[in-house]
Formats: sequence, C-alpha cells, structure tokens
Amino acid sequence: MRAHRAINLWLGAALVLPMIAIAAISLIWTPYDVTLLDVGNKFAPPSPSHWLGTDQLGRDVASLLMSASVNSLTVAFVAVGMGGSLGVMLGLLASAFGGWVETLVMRLADLGFAFPALLFAIMLATAFGPSLSNAILAIAFINIPVFARVARGAANQVWTRDFVLAGQAAGLGRARLTFDHILPNIAAPIIVQATIEFAVAILAEAALSYLGLGAQPPLPSWGRMLSEAQTLMYLAPELAIYPGLCIIIAVLGFGLLGDGLRDVTDPRLKQVRA
Amino acid sequence: MSALLDIRGVTRRYPQPRRHLLHPEPPLVAVNDVSARIAPGETLGIVGESGSGKTTLARMVMGFETPDEGQVLFDGEDLHDLSAAALRQRRRAFQMIFQDPYGSLDPRRSVGWSVAQPLRAIGQTSNRRAVEDVLHRVGLDPADGNRFPHEFSGGQRQRIAIARAIASRPKLIVADEAVSALDVSVRAQILNLLMDLQEEFGLAMLFISHDLSVVASLCDSLLVLRGGRTVEHGPAQDILAAPATEYTATLLAAARLDPPTGVPA
Ligand SMILES: Nc1ncnc2c1ncn2[C@@H]1O[C@H](COP(=O)(O)OP(=O)(O)OP(=O)(O)O)[C@@H](O)[C@H]1O
Ligand SMILES: [Mg+2]
Repeated sequence: MRAHRAINLWLGAALVLPMIAIAAISLIWTPYDVTLLDVGNKFAPPSPSHWLGTDQLGRDVASLLMSASVNSLTVAFVAVGMGGSLGVMLGLLASAFGGWVETLVMRLADLGFAFPALLFAIMLATAFGPSLSNAILAIAFINIPVFARVARGAANQVWTRDFVLAGQAAGLGRARLTFDHILPNIAAPIIVQATIEFAVAILAEAALSYLGLGAQPPLPSWGRMLSEAQTLMYLAPELAIYPGLCIIIAVLGFGLLGDGLRDVTDPRLKQVRA
Repeated sequence: MSALLDIRGVTRRYPQPRRHLLHPEPPLVAVNDVSARIAPGETLGIVGESGSGKTTLARMVMGFETPDEGQVLFDGEDLHDLSAAALRQRRRAFQMIFQDPYGSLDPRRSVGWSVAQPLRAIGQTSNRRAVEDVLHRVGLDPADGNRFPHEFSGGQRQRIAIARAIASRPKLIVADEAVSALDVSVRAQILNLLMDLQEEFGLAMLFISHDLSVVASLCDSLLVLRGGRTVEHGPAQDILAAPATEYTATLLAAARLDPPTGVPA
C-alpha cells in the first residue's frame, strides 16, 4: 500500500525535477541561440552538433524545447499562483463568514466552473488581442473556483476543531483565527491541489499557444512548436513528436507528483496505513 | 451572595431535517428552560446521559452558541446581549477545557504558542515568563513550550490545555468531560490538579461529566439533566446521599459499578 503510493510520488518527482533543472539551465545556457536562423541547415537530422536536429528554419530543436520549458513552467507558476491565492482567499472568506457570503462565493465558483477557460481566453484575445499575458489571465481565472472550493471545504473542517474554539475562547476574531489556525491547517490540501493544477495549467498553456492565443513568436513554446510542426507532419513528424512528448512528460509528472503528495498527506489514508 | 455565572431559563433548539413532505419536523430541544447559578470559587457539576444537553449548555455559557430563550449572565452582564467586540474582551474571564486533548491543541503550533494565545489576545506579547510559570504550575517542564502537541501523552496534553485555560487568570473554567478521554490512572492526577488550581486561584468551575463518581468529590452543587430538562438541582451532597429520582439513582448506581476513579480527599 505504502510502496504503491510512494511510486506516484517518486515517479512524478523523477519526471518533474529534471525538467525544472533543464529549464533553469536554459536560462543561462542553451546549445544554440533560439532566435538564430540557419536556413541552409533546415531539417537537419540529430547529430552531435544538433542533438535533436533542426527545424524548418534551421533552429536547434533541443534549444527550442529547453527555452519553451521555461515558458511553460513560468506561465503555470504565475497563473496557478495568482488564481490559487485569489481562490484560497475567497474560500477562506466564505468559510469564515458562512451564511450568505458563503452562498454567494460558492455560487460564483459554480459559475466559474461552468465557464470554459478556452472560451474565456478567446474572449480576452478578441477584446485585447492574443498574448501570453492574456493566456495567463485565462488560466488564472479557471483556477480561482477550483481553489475556492478546496480551501472552503478544508477550512470548514478545521473550523469545527476544538483548537479553533479555544482560540475563539481566547478572544480572537474570525480574521485572526483564519490566519493563526485555519490557513496553516489547510496548507497540505492546497499544495496538493496546486501541484495538480500545475499540470492542468501546462496543458492549457500548450493548448492556447497551439491555437495562437498564447505565446507569440519569437517566444518558444511547446504548443506553438506543435502547431507549426503540424503542416510538416509528413515531411518531419519528429518536429511534432518532441514538443508533444515534452507536454506529456510535464503534465504526467506534475499530475503524478500531486497524486503522490495527496496520498502521503491525506490523513484519511494515513489512518488506513496505521 | 451575587452569582458569578447566572444561567436563566436557557433553551436551545436545533432545527431537524424534514422527514415527511407535508409535515415539518419539530425542532430538537437540546436544552429546555435550564437555570443554574455559580458563585465565585464554587463548582457546579452537570451530569446526565449522552445527548442530555450538557455540551450544548456549556457552549452557551462559553458564548459559542446563542440560546433561543433565556440569558447567560456573567458578572451581571448578559453575554449574548454584548456586542461581538465586547464579548471578545470579556472572554479572558471564562475559559474552557475540552474533552479531547488530541483535538484541542493545534498540531501545527508549539505548546508555548498555544498556551500564550489567551495572553496575546489581551495584548500581552512579551509573555515568555508567564507561559513558563503556568506550564510549571500544571506540572510540566517550562522548556516543553518549544515542543509540539504530538510529542505529548493524553494526560500531558490535558495539562497543556489546562495551562492555556488558566493563563489569562479567568474566574470561571468550563470543563466539558475534561477527564473522560484519559486513562483512569491519569484521571485522578488531572482532577487533583484542577482542585488545587481552584483553591489557589479561587476559580469557579462548571464541571461536566456523564460519570457521577467523578463529580461527586469535586462539586458543591449538582445539576442533573435528561433530554435537555432539569431533573434535579441542588447541593451535591444532598443529591448524592438521597437521589430524588430513579434517573439519578441509576446514574449513581452506574458510577458505583465503575472501578473507582479515586480522588483522594
Ligand atoms: N449542532 C447541532 N445540530 C443539531 N443537533 C445538535 C447539535 N448539537 C447537539 N445536538 C443535539 O442536541 C442534543 C444534546 O447534545 P449535547 O451534545 O449537548 O449532549 P451531551 O449531553 O453533551 O452528550 P454527550 O454526553 O454524548 O456529550 C443531542 O440530541 C444532539 O444530537
Ligand atoms: Mg457532550
């Protein structure tokens, strides 16, 4: 039982950590400059000088993938960070006040759930033009209701605990109790959710960039590499396979990591183990 | 003598889920027109079977819940008539010890942090000495303040909870089944500690238990509840010596069958 859970965690970490390391390295070094075009050397096969060959413009594919990983991780981090913090705040608010405040926040969350991110991104793109920041906003937006729900559910459980009553008996108000007791005690489910949403955000960024609603040229992005490679599918299928694999590894990695973290931190499962 | 705590005809109803489409379920009356008084330094015991409304009454006394009818007067003020801010200010004077020593301490906070909480709430931020004193007073090592709840046994945790409850120098302690979750051998220690503290600080206590043998040695007066109603109310010695109802007699008999929890006088 325990080994099975640990597998998710370790597998996720094994996929995610090298990816983060590669992204970090690419900030200071990539084999080639990703803006460097070498049209004379396009569609080069993998070789010691170009590990994964070159694309239709003669750019080094390995360098492009490395740089694009930074883009993916940054977008996911910023979007989940923004949407997550806002969602957690709303969830804590709903839980602390209950009554009509809670009803209002949760109905708004339902509304947000019913609203596809893609639609929102297209709306933003129509209104303000397609851009990476609009894609981030759209992904952040879908994260708000997710985190509001998780935070409120977890917080409602903590509010019933005796140590919160003890804090109330000490004369603390709802805001103080929320910061002193509720937030620290819902950190685990929030972190788990954030890891899972990270995977969703990476996929969403790839999808939006694929549709031209995300990263704009010349910023490298897995999603855009995929859409550019699409027209060359018969000529050079590997150009689509590489970014596709990267997306799969990232999404799978963060998904497994999140599942693994949840299994390790969920007290209900812990009791089974004990 | 003026009462420190004056419970005046409190009633608390809980709405019940509808079971029939056409007939709304009548609300459950958890506490039904209960009155009691506690003078400073005195102990009132509340006994009754499970579900008789003991905890609900304690929650109303602590201001966690508002009675549907009646009043709770503390030091002459109706707690449920005060503004939220005023009530928060009064709270330092009445504290609670909870039944479950595993749930009443925040697992993510150090023991010292939890014990200092009531002091911080009244603006005493440099309270290191006070915390050490109070930990020492309940029989713990003052250095234990840096440790976390999971490092302690149930009895030790209840000592920590008691330390927190007396830190703000309250006049009243509400103890809801404060020793029920503890091993029989530890119970006597905790009860003795409570009695010592009561003497030392002139604490009044509202002591709740379903076990009459625990309250017998501790209480001046006794309130016997059943189904939210008062069954008997009076000096503890009188009720214990000659229970007026079958119900109390049964509770008493049950207590005598239990192995003695032994609170040596
Ligand atoms: N929040 C609530 N909502 C609905 N019903 C409640 C609530 N709290 C208590 N009750 C009901 O009120 C009645 C009295 O409960 P209470 O917890 O006061 O009993 P008790 O005397 O403390 O019992 P025990 O010895 O088991 O702790 C019970 O029937 C209980 O189911
Ligand atoms: Mg109870």
